[in-house]
Amino acid sequence: MKTREEIFNSLKQEFPRDVLEFQNVPVEPVITVNPLAINKICHFLRDVEGFEFDTLMCLSGIDDANGEKITEADGTVTIKGGVLSVYYHLYSIKLNHKVTLKVSASRENPEVESVESIWKCADWHEREAYDMFGFIFLHHPDLRRILMPYDWEAGYPLRKDYKNPEFYQGIKIPY
Amino acid sequence: MAFKTEEMILNMGPQHPSTHGVLRLEVELDGELIISVKPHIGYLHRCFEKHCEAMTYPQVIPYTDRMDYLASMYNNFGYVVTMERFLNIQVPERVEYIRVIMGELQRIASHLVALGTYGVDIGAFTPFLYCFRDREKILSLFEMTCGARLLYNYMWIGGLSHDLHPDFIPACKEFLRYFKPNITELNNLLSFNKIFIERTANVGILPAETAINYGVTGPNLRGSGVKYDLRRNDQYSVYDRFDFEIPVGTGANGTLGDCWDRYYVRVREMEESIKIIEQALEQLPEGDINTAIPKRIKPPAGSIYGRVENPKGELGYFIMSDGSTSPYRLKVRGPSFVNMTVFSELCKGHLVADVIAILGSIDIVLGEIDR
Repeated sequence: MKTREEIFNSLKQEFPRDVLEFQNVPVEPVITVNPLAINKICHFLRDVEGFEFDTLMCLSGIDDANGEKITEADGTVTIKGGVLSVYYHLYSIKLNHKVTLKVSASRENPEVESVESIWKCADWHEREAYDMFGFIFLHHPDLRRILMPYDWEAGYPLRKDYKNPEFYQGIKIPY
Repeated sequence: MAFKTEEMILNMGPQHPSTHGVLRLEVELDGELIISVKPHIGYLHRCFEKHCEAMTYPQVIPYTDRMDYLASMYNNFGYVVTMERFLNIQVPERVEYIRVIMGELQRIASHLVALGTYGVDIGAFTPFLYCFRDREKILSLFEMTCGARLLYNYMWIGGLSHDLHPDFIPACKEFLRYFKPNITELNNLLSFNKIFIERTANVGILPAETAINYGVTGPNLRGSGVKYDLRRNDQYSVYDRFDFEIPVGTGANGTLGDCWDRYYVRVREMEESIKIIEQALEQLPEGDINTAIPKRIKPPAGSIYGRVENPKGELGYFIMSDGSTSPYRLKVRGPSFVNMTVFSELCKGHLVADVIAILGSIDIVLGEIDR
């Protein structure tokens, strides 16, 4: 069993350029890493003795909404720039320890490497993050919408500047 | 002369009784053999996560009821436990015990639905009626406690909405006394029924390694022989004070990790839940049912991932706060959502009739998959 800080130190040694920082935020500290190296790091965390993170508990997207906020003529807000983030909560059944990883990618082109080949359950989680936030998971085998209709064209609902469309398939939405 | 053959696509659902809700399965068949299954979900999507961002923290609780609507108590439980850890609140002992009692009653109720409807899926109608008769009695106990039969909003951050009704303890004891022999009855009717075993043993075998890699939890993982239960492995509430076992699959009627194993783990879990409730009723302390918490709940800016053992598996709440009164982001890791990912893998190479047997053994609730 390792603490989050120990895991960070070993990761930093192994991947000095891709592991960025240890954020000691309340309740659960997170380790920020490079979005294009997350698959390498996760492979390491799963396979190397002493870490053995055999399950991905949760994978969630977040809209940090830290870009420039532009108020439109109709009063709605559009966000330009800034980042979107993905949180990975890993757990090792064998060694009973947890770690939280975080990657941030630009709002305009949120490309993140997929971890689907490491933990199969990431498949649907990543599809959900794509569906709700528009993350592009590179090397994901089947990146389609999952909860929203396949022909939903109004963008990504959980982004903070999401606007409902007027119509969907000829049906008026705001009622 | 050679016949030209090609694969056939069969759509199962979304309106199909054995998909347990509105789920569409796109099944690719070669004769009766399954080549692949593609589940299509989202028919019950109610924007839970988006709604939460507009609510204050206590206002989220009624929404959690509506995810896994067969285990509403436990959804409340998971959320309030996570929030209390986030806010660093200690709740009175009595509250913890009542939560455990309600949670375990809910586990029995949820398993009864799972087992009963599984029987119907396979073609045995009678056990279904027996299971629902018993579940009805649990719902009456909940009604006595909080006035609602299905969607409770019973557990609040820092306490409960109501104390136990004065008649609750005798009524609960009476229920347990009544229910115990019914498990044997169910076993005789269904579990050890030869036809049922023929349909479920050696079907949909889930090896432990695959299960862990797919993130499968709950009775489905334990059916594969992995002794893993968050009530023990990631201790929360007062579960460390009770003496209970964690049933695992043994492959008694076929191969380890088949549908029958997953089914039978649920039956045995009901027995363990009875044990827990009996001990909790015995030890139930007197006291307050609410702690003093600030009127406006504002967790520190940061995030938390809390999880509990829902009747269906690991129910996780990822809550992110920016220091205001409503969650910045709230994501639910539903056990059914994750357990469902392994479904296509389980179906490969089976017959089309087994799709129903495998789906029923996973025990999904669409309300939670779609949220």
